[in-house]
Formats: sequence, C-alpha cells, structure tokens
Amino acid sequence: MVKVAIWGSLRAATGGKGEVEIEATTLRELLDRLAEDYPGVRPQLARGVSVSIDGLVYNDSWFTPIRPDSEVVLLPRIVGG
Amino acid sequence: MALDKGFDQPRKFKVVGTRPLRPDGIDKVTGRARFGADMNAPGMLVGRILRSPHAHARIRGIDTSKAEKVPGVKAVVTRKDFPKPRPDLADIMDNVMAGRKALYDGHAVAAVAATSVHAARKALKAIKVDYEVLPHVTDVDEAMKKGAPLLHRGRSDETVPAGFSGNVMHRFEYGHGDVEKGFKQADLVIERHLKTAAAHQGYIEPHACLASVGPDGNAELWVCTQGHYMVRNTCAGLLGIDASRLRVTASEIGGGFGGKTTVFIEPVALMLSRKANKPVKIVMSREEVFRATGPTSSTSMTCKIGMKKDGTITAGLAELRYQGGAYPGSPVQYGAMACFAPYDLKNVKSIGYDVVTNRPKQAAYRAPGAPMGAYAVESVIDELCRKLGLDPLGVRLKNAAREGTRSSYGPTFNQIGLPATLEAAMRHPHWKAKLGKNQGRGVACGFWFNFGGDTCVSMNVTPDGTVTLTEGNPDIGGSRASMTMMAAEELGIPYDQVRTVIADTSSLGQNDVTDGSRVTFAVGLATIKAAREAIKICCERAAKVWGIDPDAVVWEDGHAKPAGPNAGKFPPMSLKEIAAIATNTGGPIAGHHEVNAEGAGVSFATHMVDVEVDPETGAVKVLRYTVFQDAGKAVHPSYVEGQFQGGAVQGIGWALNEEYIYGADGRLQNPGFLDYRIPVCSDLPMIDTVILEIPNPGHPYGVRGVGETSIVPPLAAIANAVSAAAGVRLTELPMSPPKVLKAIGAARA
Repeated sequence: MVKVAIWGSLRAATGGKGEVEIEATTLRELLDRLAEDYPGVRPQLARGVSVSIDGLVYNDSWFTPIRPDSEVVLLPRIVGG
Repeated sequence: MALDKGFDQPRKFKVVGTRPLRPDGIDKVTGRARFGADMNAPGMLVGRILRSPHAHARIRGIDTSKAEKVPGVKAVVTRKDFPKPRPDLADIMDNVMAGRKALYDGHAVAAVAATSVHAARKALKAIKVDYEVLPHVTDVDEAMKKGAPLLHRGRSDETVPAGFSGNVMHRFEYGHGDVEKGFKQADLVIERHLKTAAAHQGYIEPHACLASVGPDGNAELWVCTQGHYMVRNTCAGLLGIDASRLRVTASEIGGGFGGKTTVFIEPVALMLSRKANKPVKIVMSREEVFRATGPTSSTSMTCKIGMKKDGTITAGLAELRYQGGAYPGSPVQYGAMACFAPYDLKNVKSIGYDVVTNRPKQAAYRAPGAPMGAYAVESVIDELCRKLGLDPLGVRLKNAAREGTRSSYGPTFNQIGLPATLEAAMRHPHWKAKLGKNQGRGVACGFWFNFGGDTCVSMNVTPDGTVTLTEGNPDIGGSRASMTMMAAEELGIPYDQVRTVIADTSSLGQNDVTDGSRVTFAVGLATIKAAREAIKICCERAAKVWGIDPDAVVWEDGHAKPAGPNAGKFPPMSLKEIAAIATNTGGPIAGHHEVNAEGAGVSFATHMVDVEVDPETGAVKVLRYTVFQDAGKAVHPSYVEGQFQGGAVQGIGWALNEEYIYGADGRLQNPGFLDYRIPVCSDLPMIDTVILEIPNPGHPYGVRGVGETSIVPPLAAIANAVSAAAGVRLTELPMSPPKVLKAIGAARA
C-alpha cells in the first residue's frame, strides 16, 4: 500500500482524509485506484493532476514505479509560463 | 519515462559553463531574422478582427451581408463558421471568437480577409452587431460579492462552498499543522490586506501569423508562438481537421514570457484562409495585444503571519483571490502553493479563489501566480522583522526550507538551493552598502516548480563531421545556444561544429510548449541522450574498422579510442574521420531521443534592492539590484544572467508602474505603451547577478530551469524597499507616484 497525501480542498472527496492508502506500484495504478476508491476525486483527475514522488514532480508517465515507502503527494497539474 | 536519475557526478566541463557568441545574434541585429509578421505568400490577403466595444453584452445577431459586398473582401468569419468545439477546447474557442456573449472589451466577434488593409477596415465597419449591453464587473472583490453581474451560469465546480458568487470558479486549499495554535505561540502576529494590478507580459513583438489552407485540406501556418505543436493541436481541434494535415512553423519570437502559450488569431486566420482559398495574414496592433490577449491576474490577498522574538515563524495563513478574466483558470493555485514554499513551517495554510471577471482571459506570465502570493507573504515577513528589530535575511535563513523540509504544498524537498542564495546575499557587498536619505533596502525570496514534458530531438552527423541538432521548441531564452553547447560537450567537439535549428511540426514528434522553465532541462536532457546514441554508433563503426568488439571502444574528446591495451593499438578516430566513411561502414550516423522528461528540479531565489523615494513627488528610483538564484548548472552563464535580469526588470515594472486601468464603462483605458509604462533602460540600474549551482539530480549535468523564478521575489523586494524608504508600509501595487505620495501624506497626518 502507498500512502498518498491529499491537498486541503480535495479532502472533501476523500471523506476529510488528508492521507489515503492505495494499492499501487505505478503512477497509472495509483490514479486508477484512487478514482475507484474515491469517486469524488474524478472531476479533479479530469482537470489534471501532477504527482510528486519522493520530492520530484511527474505529470503523465503512467509506468513510473512507486515503492511502498515512497512519499506520494497529489498536486494540481503543474504548468508554467 | 521514469526519472532517469542519471546525474553525472561532478565532472569537468569543457563547453558547458563558457560564454560563446549566441547563434541568433547576427541575424537579430542585422534584421535578417524573420519574425511573425515577416512571412509573406503570393496572393496573400489581409485579415482583420472586429472586437466588442462592450465589457459584457449579449450578441443578438451579426449581419455581415454588407461587409461581404465590399470590393476586395474575400471572406467574412463569425463563430457560426467554426464547428462545435470539443469540451476541452470550448473556452479557447469562445475566447478566440465570441459566441452567445461578448465577455470583455476587445473580445473578437467577427473577422474579414480582404485584398487590402483599406478594404478590410471598410468591411469591419460594415459589419452590424446587435448587442444587448449587460452589467459588468472587472474588480475581483466586486466579482466575488453576491449579486455581482454573472459571466457564466453553473460553472462553479464542486470545490466552491455554497453561498459564494457564481463568479467563483474554484477553491484551493493547501497546508499542514494548526495555524490558530501557531498564532498563539507567536510574540507578534501581523495581518495585511494587499492588492496587485493586472500586468501584461509586454513582449515587444505583437502576435502575428500567416495561414494557408489548400483545397485538399492540407494547411500551413507560420506563427510567432512559444509552442507551435500546441498551436497545431489546438487549431486542428478547433477547425475539425487532422493534426497531421496542419504543418506549423514557428518564427523567431520577440518575447513571450507565457503570453504566447495559447492561440488567439491563428484559428481565425486558418478559417479565413479556408473560406477565401487564399493565404491570410493577421498581425495584431499593440492595442489589440493589450485588449485581447492575456495579461496576468489582478489580485486581492489577505496574509497573516506569526513570529517569535527570535525570528521563528510559528504560523502562516494566506487567502489569495485572483481574477483570471472571462473564463476559469486563473493561476491562483500556483500562488497558493508557492507563497510559503521558501519556508520550513509547522503550521501553514493557503487558500485560493479562482474568479472570473469581464476582462480578457489571463494567460501565463512567468511563474504564473507566484509573484503575487510571494508579494503578500514576503511583505508581512518584512514588516514582522522590522517591528521585532530582526535581520530580514537572518530570519529568512532561520526559517528557510532545506533538504528534508516538508513544503507548504506537500512534497518533501530534496537538494535545494534557498539557504545558499540567502548565505550568498549575506556575504555580498550590496548587503553592507550604506544607504542615503530617503533610501531603503528590501529583500525577498521566491520559489518556482519548473517542469519537463514531451520532448523530441534529432541529431545528424553530416558527411564532413559537423553536426546539426533539430529541436521543436521556439528559442526564447537562448535554447539554441545551450543545446548546441550540451551537444558539443557530450560529443567532445567545438561549439562551432554544431548548429541547432527549430523544426516545424511535421519534422519532429510532439514537443510541449516553451514554458515552465522546461527547455534547457528537458530538451537538454534529450540532446545529451541523442548525442550518446550517436556516440554509440560512432564507436560501433570504429570497432568494425578495427575489427574489435564495440565494447572495447570508448569515446573521449571527440574521438573513438581502443578501451585499453588489450583492445589493440589503433590510432584514435575523430568524428570527422568516422563521418567521412559512414557510407562505407553502415550509412548515415544520427542520434535521436524522445521522452516525457520528468524530474525537473525546483528553483529558489533571493533578491535585494535599494530604492530612493522622492517625498515631494512619490517617484521611486531603483538604485541597486542584486539577484541570487540557484541554476543547478548554468550552461551558458550569460543567458542565465539575462534570465535573472529580465525577471527582475519585469518585476520592477509590475511593482512600480504597470497596471491595466478600466473605466466605469468596463473598457480598458490604457491599451498602449505610452499609457501602460514598462521600464526602459534609463529607469534601471545594472542588475547584478550571483549564480548558485546546486545540481538537480534529475538531469545529467544538474540543470534546473531558470526562466521563471527570477520574477517571483521582485514585487515584494521592491515593496519592502519602498516601504523602508517612505517610512510607511505600502500594500497595493503598482506603487506609482500618486499612491506613494498618498501613503506618505496619510502617514504624516
């Protein structure tokens, strides 16, 4: 199981939990199972998210491996100017 | 692709870190460089756009019949000519050409293509638009009030609590700990309300494009943009054509700074060309650039911070309200994520509201959303330091985020450079220089995320052994130079043996936009990988010639060499020698690399500025300015310094003068550089720079993006300096002379 940190305003979609546990070994599994376990996050997933894994931000690389002890933080999609 | 943790441990660079001449320099100073408006085609028509004179109006009808009869007019386009857009393109479509309503002064409502400018203008005047003028709102605080005129109905998403105005589109919240508990632990708590005005990126080159759609449905577009692949994908979607049928070529670009990361005129030019069956060129006027492209958000913010007498920050709370123009998508989430990021805080919360108003849809502007949030937080920290008699650099260093700090927006930082920038600032002579009468010094810190994204490069070794590198990102900040340098470094050949060009969209795979400070990091990473592929092939060719195993060949200083005495004694073969016999050894030699580059390293900066305030006029003069920023590894230090300086200068303009001014009628009052004043050279001192190099572990050379962080601290640094010089805290940008004078007068009274 991977612990995923949820930002404040998204916690309404996780029953108020700031951290949820997800069975996942890759980024794609993490996002798919997050949507299955917490359907309320789907609108935000559709708007776009980035995921910080051990301090580095990933956008769309589905098969990025995630270790059980990795620090995983869900973030709004990071863009720039 | 997963992060390639391929950081080469400290190595001795031969090309990277030097300052060769820029490859585009001669073209740009001689006028040979071709910008957006420089492209022409036989039989080309002139495109012009009719824009709404109203801030908010229902479009009851558009009569183009008289315009179509104007001699020389070949096509007239309104929203009805475009197919129904995909949901993800609906707002872009509506911004490009208004549908049911005009949502801001300058919103496009129709367009014409004609054989002359005169005919096009005459046709625009002949178009009759039946408007029903509606109440409007341009101020963010007014737009958030219940009862404010509504731009859209039912667009607020699930994050907005009940009871908010329908102009609030989204609410964000970040943080950890218990801020109320933290405030109780503080010796001093200060809360301030602050505002910033909308500022335009101020790029010198207006938007321009030339579109040509053939009767077979194949189309070409030449355009000034930060991302021609984005232009291709978006325009193909809006016109309902296959992306492969639209070939887009990016011109040289006279500045973008985030403002050219979307489309405005390009779909219109293509649709006009399709209807007229002729090439159509559209060039925006400066007034159109101001009224109808994307400035940044204006903001209203509340910031509360608690501090102990020893400088420890016990809690930070910020509420940021950003209006992003007529459609959802202000960068408030980045402001809320970035504003407290420089600090290691136990109790922190930031809240952001994305609000729509009757203004042009905001576009990205260098570190979108971060400068305003930093202005709020860094202003309050400065005031706390002054009231507690503490050294503002010392307090920032005491609370600085470091490796292992859990950031205010969630992730734990790995190797970062904020403490190094603060320590460099403390050591710098600027910090100890004496100030005169009416002068003040300000400091501030800033943070930006940076990112990578889709990237393709192709490297080809020519028969004479020189190298061409093809990449797909418009060169805004010197990427051709830095890619050339990284290719030369890796290949072990001189800088002048490599030429880098920007390919059109039909020549390389998908490339993300030149934004997010991504290009030196991501394209550089791909360039290094492509060079390593070409080197591998060169080694294999040498091995064939020598009759040894390829693993017994190494690449050093631009030569293939036997790996050791056991590999045999052969004279090294240079790249030129290997290239000369490529036909005989297997064919042309090339390397390429395609990647979704992940692992961009975050970036921090500290800025220090001295100003003098004229107490009689309120005018502010910037006397001295020093930027301290972590670049990871500065590939071409002159360009890195230029990025630091450019960000500081744009921040100076934003802090002191730049402002979108709207009248009571909701129309923009200052759409020109005479009335919207950006800093010019005579306003500025030389901006001094100090480059710190704390390697990014996600890049082979340790490179971090540098293009955006430099605009994050200046708003606050200048506000802190002006407040020190004027003897009164200013809380509204821009700090133009009337506002400074008023603040001084109020303090004296």
